[in-house]
Amino acid sequence: MTPLPHHSPLAVHGLSVTYGDKPAVRAVDANFPRAALSAIIGPNGAGKSTFLKACLGIVAPLSGEVAFFGQPIAQARARVAYVPQRASVDWDFPTTVLDVVQMGQYRRAGLWGRLSGAARTQAMGCLERVGMAEFASRQIGQLSGGQQQRVFLARALAQEAELYLLDEPFAGVDAATEHAIMDVLRGLRAEGKSVIAVHHDLATVEDYFDHVFLINVDRIAEGPVKTTFTAQNLNAAYGGRLVASTPTTLIQAAE
Amino acid sequence: MTQFWAALTLQAGYNAALVAIGAALLGLAAGVAGSFVMLRKRSLVSDAVAHAALPGIVLAFMVMVALGGEGRSLLGLLLGAALSGGAGLLVMSWLTTRTRLAEDAAIGAVLGVFFGAGIVLLTVVQTMRAGRQAGLEDFLLGATAGMLREDAILIALGGAVVLALCWLLRRPMTLVAFDPGHAATLGYNTRAIDLAIMGLAMAVTIIGLKLVGLVLIVALLIIPPVAARFWTDRAGVMVWIAGGIGGAGAYLGAAISASAPDLPTGPVIVLVLAAGFALSMLLAPKRGIVSAAWRYLRLRRQFQQGA
Amino acid sequence: MGAEFVQFSLTPILIGTFAAMACALPGNFLILRRQALIGDAISHVVLPGIVVGFLVSGTIAAGPMGLGAAGAAIIAVVLIEAIRRFGRVEPGAAMGVVFTTMFAAGVLLLEQSGSAQVHLDVEHALMGNLEQLIWLRASGWQSLTDPAALSALPQELPTMALACALIAALILAFWRWLKIATFDEGFAQSLGIPTGALGFGLVISAALAAVAAFQAVGSILVIAMFICPPAAARLMTNSLAAQVWWSLLFAAASAILGYVLAGYGPLWLGAQNAVSAAGMIAVVSGVILALAAMFGPHRKGAQTV
Repeated sequence: MTPLPHHSPLAVHGLSVTYGDKPAVRAVDANFPRAALSAIIGPNGAGKSTFLKACLGIVAPLSGEVAFFGQPIAQARARVAYVPQRASVDWDFPTTVLDVVQMGQYRRAGLWGRLSGAARTQAMGCLERVGMAEFASRQIGQLSGGQQQRVFLARALAQEAELYLLDEPFAGVDAATEHAIMDVLRGLRAEGKSVIAVHHDLATVEDYFDHVFLINVDRIAEGPVKTTFTAQNLNAAYGGRLVASTPTTLIQAAE
Repeated sequence: MTQFWAALTLQAGYNAALVAIGAALLGLAAGVAGSFVMLRKRSLVSDAVAHAALPGIVLAFMVMVALGGEGRSLLGLLLGAALSGGAGLLVMSWLTTRTRLAEDAAIGAVLGVFFGAGIVLLTVVQTMRAGRQAGLEDFLLGATAGMLREDAILIALGGAVVLALCWLLRRPMTLVAFDPGHAATLGYNTRAIDLAIMGLAMAVTIIGLKLVGLVLIVALLIIPPVAARFWTDRAGVMVWIAGGIGGAGAYLGAAISASAPDLPTGPVIVLVLAAGFALSMLLAPKRGIVSAAWRYLRLRRQFQQGA
Repeated sequence: MGAEFVQFSLTPILIGTFAAMACALPGNFLILRRQALIGDAISHVVLPGIVVGFLVSGTIAAGPMGLGAAGAAIIAVVLIEAIRRFGRVEPGAAMGVVFTTMFAAGVLLLEQSGSAQVHLDVEHALMGNLEQLIWLRASGWQSLTDPAALSALPQELPTMALACALIAALILAFWRWLKIATFDEGFAQSLGIPTGALGFGLVISAALAAVAAFQAVGSILVIAMFICPPAAARLMTNSLAAQVWWSLLFAAASAILGYVLAGYGPLWLGAQNAVSAAGMIAVVSGVILALAAMFGPHRKGAQTV
């Protein structure tokens, strides 16, 4: 078997995951580009989140290989930041906004290492970048959905990673937050960092992303948005339920 | 062994036969009522209710003694149990709706605190009148030895009433347990039906206290439905399988317990039900472990060949 | 508050306080992880554990019985997880199946073995014997510096203090991991934190607290202390560290106030006999929780969007 490429921030070969005896992701190959914004797209239940989690080792894959920058996840953790779905955590947890952002520094600080004043300044800087600095001492339960999502993004920024994996970053957020998040992501790309996001809003794919990966349990297609985000591929991913000739009309049908 | 067959065929004496029939009806009712509780994912609420019954039992005893009675009427004690069990239920719902605490914390808090209060009262009774209080401790683990004929009849009747109510309310309870939102749009009063589900579970709990004891009674509500779930994906069918497992298990357990000394009825019934659960979990055709493992291995082979 | 207090009340109060705090510490995380009932399950399965420990070793020494109880707690946790995962049974029901079955087996073993005669009975297991853990050799406060008297301290005191210290040390050592894995398990895993092992360790430390506390204070107190002080503490603050401190304060207050009320309360009311200390401590913790639920500054959850 050929080794997975080093230049790709995330390369996957033959990845399969099952829940019980139902396949969630089947023998998927993928190869995401560096310094680009990539979207993972597919219908509900297509295995998008599962694919991300399996890459990160959060769910155990049945088979397959995953390489971050050519290395297994265990050796690449410092270079990868993950933003889980907002709904996956208990927002009633007794903690503050700044505290959540500083969780992104735990890996560097270790179990017992001191979080210095400099670390605090860095965390405040990350909050600044997502426009949440004034909320630093708020209890997290008092935030709106969009604000929660920005805090999650700030936590990922605090990790100072090279690859950012985001699971549905725009789900249930307001328009202002969506713009703020996109600004940050574009900024990351400008710094040469890579972003991969699970995305469900077909209408914004062409605006937001450079690279797209279509999945519906099986890998459907992968490539630059211009050539890959086509009616034919979308039809294949969405099970032929959408009958239309261009992405734009397809999107209307999907909604 | 002959003693066991005698008990199983109701030949081991009038009282043993009554206990076995009472246990069977109780088990049947518990399996059916417990199914709705399990579908509603509130199995352990009934554990808290059972433990919360203790202070009521002791208080009822004290009140009956204070009024000049003997204090051992099962009906009176169960009334006390129902009142304090109901109070426990109210406190749980108050904690979860009025504060940020989740249901599991509310269950545990009510269980521990009410039970603690019951133990405090029990020590009061013990010092109060040593002779007459005999029997209250039996409610902890259940006891059939000193059971009167009226007691057994009360248990059997109570089980039958719960069963009849479950049958009458089966449709709305299934709907609410499965999808409360949908049930509400159909015009059902989901709050009232929820209350009915918990009320029936509480009734089983209270009726069974004397037989199985308040620490273990919840097993009758939980184990049969969980076991039944392995055999079917249809709620309507599951309810009756659970009832069957509960009834048969309780009857068998009561018979085993009557066949030899030192076999306390409650724990034996629970262990028989647990055996039924273990068999179901292993061997059920679709959801059982053996068949699931086989399918998983087959899938895995396919994938590895494919990759 | 003289010699009599030191002799008859000091040690039970200290043991009760350490037991309450040892249970409350892991209880904080169990509550935040929606696993409060693991505490309930553990306290039930301790009984079969000590029965088996007794039957195997033939003595009622604390060592083998404690080992048996710890083993039972581990078996219970593994079984619950297996049933939940392989049987696709919801966690509450899976716990219910496991702890009732194990408790029933414990009672049956106890009855069958006739060990009920050797002061190992179910009631004892439920209620504990806190009142009997007195320091007979003490003659007053000065005994605290008298090596001969100190060597006659009830064995439960150093055991409980040690268990409490160990649990506190573990929670302190793994504080960051516990916090992050409790708040956001997926993120913790992406950092490489072994959340599975961490969760298991938390349950094991809860089991350790339950086992150590159990023989002295019984299982009611164990359940109440796992849940009531941390639950009340959650309603007092929005900071995890402050919550843990509050829970320790509430646990200690419950133990001290409960013991005093159980021992002296009936006398004040004109009765002659004390009531169950373990039961009263549980009741006091419940009163504290009720007060926190009515007046706690952070009793309401934030309305998440």
